[in-house]
Amino acid sequence: MTAILPAKSVADRLTTLFWRKPKLLLILLITPPLLWLGVVYLGSLAALLMQSFYSIDEFSGMVIPEFTLKTYAELLRPQNYDVIFRTLLMSAAVTLGCAILGFPIAYYAARFARGRWKAVFYLGIMLPLWSSYLVKVYAWKLILAKEGIITWAAEATHTSGILNAILSLPGIGGGSLSTSYIGMFLVFVYVWLPYMILPMQASLERVPTSMLEASADLGATRAQTFRTVILPLALPGVIAGSIFTFSLTMGDYIIPQIVGNSANFIGMAVYQLQGTAGNIPLAAAFAVIPILIMLVYLWIAKRMGAFDAL
Amino acid sequence: MSIAVEFRAVSRHFGPASAPVRAVDAVDLTIAEGAFFAMLGPSGSGKTTCLRLISGFESPTAGEICIFGENVSNTPPHLRNVNTVFQDYALFPHMNVRDNVAYGLMVKGMPRSQRYAKAEEMLALVHLDAYGSRKPAQLSGGQRQRVALARALVNEPRVLLLDEPLGALDLKLREAMQDELKSLQQRLGITFVFVTHDQHEALSMADSLAVFNEGKIAQIGTPAEIYNHPKSRFVADFVGSSNVLPPALTKQLGGPEKWASLRPESLRLDATGPLRGTVTAIRYLGAGHRITLTTHGTDIAAILPAGHPLPETGSTIALGFDATALHIMDQA
Repeated sequence: MTAILPAKSVADRLTTLFWRKPKLLLILLITPPLLWLGVVYLGSLAALLMQSFYSIDEFSGMVIPEFTLKTYAELLRPQNYDVIFRTLLMSAAVTLGCAILGFPIAYYAARFARGRWKAVFYLGIMLPLWSSYLVKVYAWKLILAKEGIITWAAEATHTSGILNAILSLPGIGGGSLSTSYIGMFLVFVYVWLPYMILPMQASLERVPTSMLEASADLGATRAQTFRTVILPLALPGVIAGSIFTFSLTMGDYIIPQIVGNSANFIGMAVYQLQGTAGNIPLAAAFAVIPILIMLVYLWIAKRMGAFDAL
Repeated sequence: MSIAVEFRAVSRHFGPASAPVRAVDAVDLTIAEGAFFAMLGPSGSGKTTCLRLISGFESPTAGEICIFGENVSNTPPHLRNVNTVFQDYALFPHMNVRDNVAYGLMVKGMPRSQRYAKAEEMLALVHLDAYGSRKPAQLSGGQRQRVALARALVNEPRVLLLDEPLGALDLKLREAMQDELKSLQQRLGITFVFVTHDQHEALSMADSLAVFNEGKIAQIGTPAEIYNHPKSRFVADFVGSSNVLPPALTKQLGGPEKWASLRPESLRLDATGPLRGTVTAIRYLGAGHRITLTTHGTDIAAILPAGHPLPETGSTIALGFDATALHIMDQA
């Protein structure tokens, strides 16, 4: 009798082993990225958390590596409340702005754009992301400046009155768009919009046409279909997008420095504390706030049933 | 009896006007009130487009569609008193079964307690009383099908449209649902319009059916009429896979020189029979055998009931039939 199976090479033995024990292959493949995620990603976050429980020696400026809540007590001073509250409000406004502006675009792209128009859509969304962030922000500063194109256009079309009325709004107005909260809001919406559109588009694309037809068939108007079918099914995408825009706005420290009235934001505070002030523990404590806010935000979203359609 | 649905020279073309795809091409059709009407045809024959024209998801390129005498050609779907059971059921995944069924009542503004009571009533009708709080994802295919049915029926439509509703079910479940749909239709007295590509389903359930081919109605009539007296080769071939005999062969068998159809089950082994040929295949069907015979270049299928002695593949045999079984067709 001769052997039916050919002689096995080392590679054959290995593939046989993996075929018999599929989990072994999975473990081999997944371990390096898991190590990266565990050690580098979450590990550094843990180190950050730890730093926030240290304190700084006021005379020597050295970090005292002992557990204390002193830094958090320092964080909860009234002037820091302002920074946190301002950042939170701006993040919420930017998220809302991105959602309102992004939804129709995402809806069009998901439902109607085909072939070439789909490519144009992706290019239009992604192209601004490819250029330097700093260049974009400085370009916006020029656009929004008192001598910029918007002021010029308003004068040329005799609509300066409208612009001035907007700028004289209490709290969010200012000398010019580039030195007001309105200007900062516009720049934030511009830079983070793609992060809102792409997840929304992905979730809208998963809503089958027959579901919209079923809604109309059962007597729903377009507005009712939008409210009771499209929006709930797109909600996971909206939430995913809002996580991006919200957390990106909360952590940003460049836009508030370049555009706006130089009021302090969380990102700026962290930047100053770890740089010029050298107060790493307080910087770390500040950095924990966005994480906590995001966790609360996700918890509320889950309670409201945002992930039921997943 | 009044007319539930009427098509007057209805066409639906897709694509450019210069070279249109005629999905539905000048179709005239009347469906009587209370009928169980089937639209049968291969895929791409226009049957589903016809259904979508009734529901309002397509609007006619030409012609008029009337539902109970009212011209609805320009009426949007949500204002038509018809409801659809979709092929993929299209249940709302974020709502539980009760809310799915009550959806049509909800958008019309019926108070919650009232619409839930009606929804439960409908769920009982389709034997899903205890499933109101479940999500569609927790149901089996057959249960989803029933929810889709209840969701459509709760609106008390005058016409219920069913788009291949049993296509996704396995054989046993499909047969059970066929019986159930039929009895439901008889109890409620609602006009059912049913799209299918399965001729057995159409023949066994409908009391009247239209066979579609390339955007036109090839034949319309009762199942028995269509099965026994197909008008064209297409109908004979598509409905019940009949043997289609070319004119020359018909003549040889004693008929006029026209296309004819001959049902496989009307043939029997008969040494003196006129159909002589070589057996090329024998297939076991359970209740009998299907043998294929080649004669004068034409393949003829015959179904022999179990218990008969079987010829061997390659042998020459003769088949006989009653003269009445040979059906002469008017059209080619």
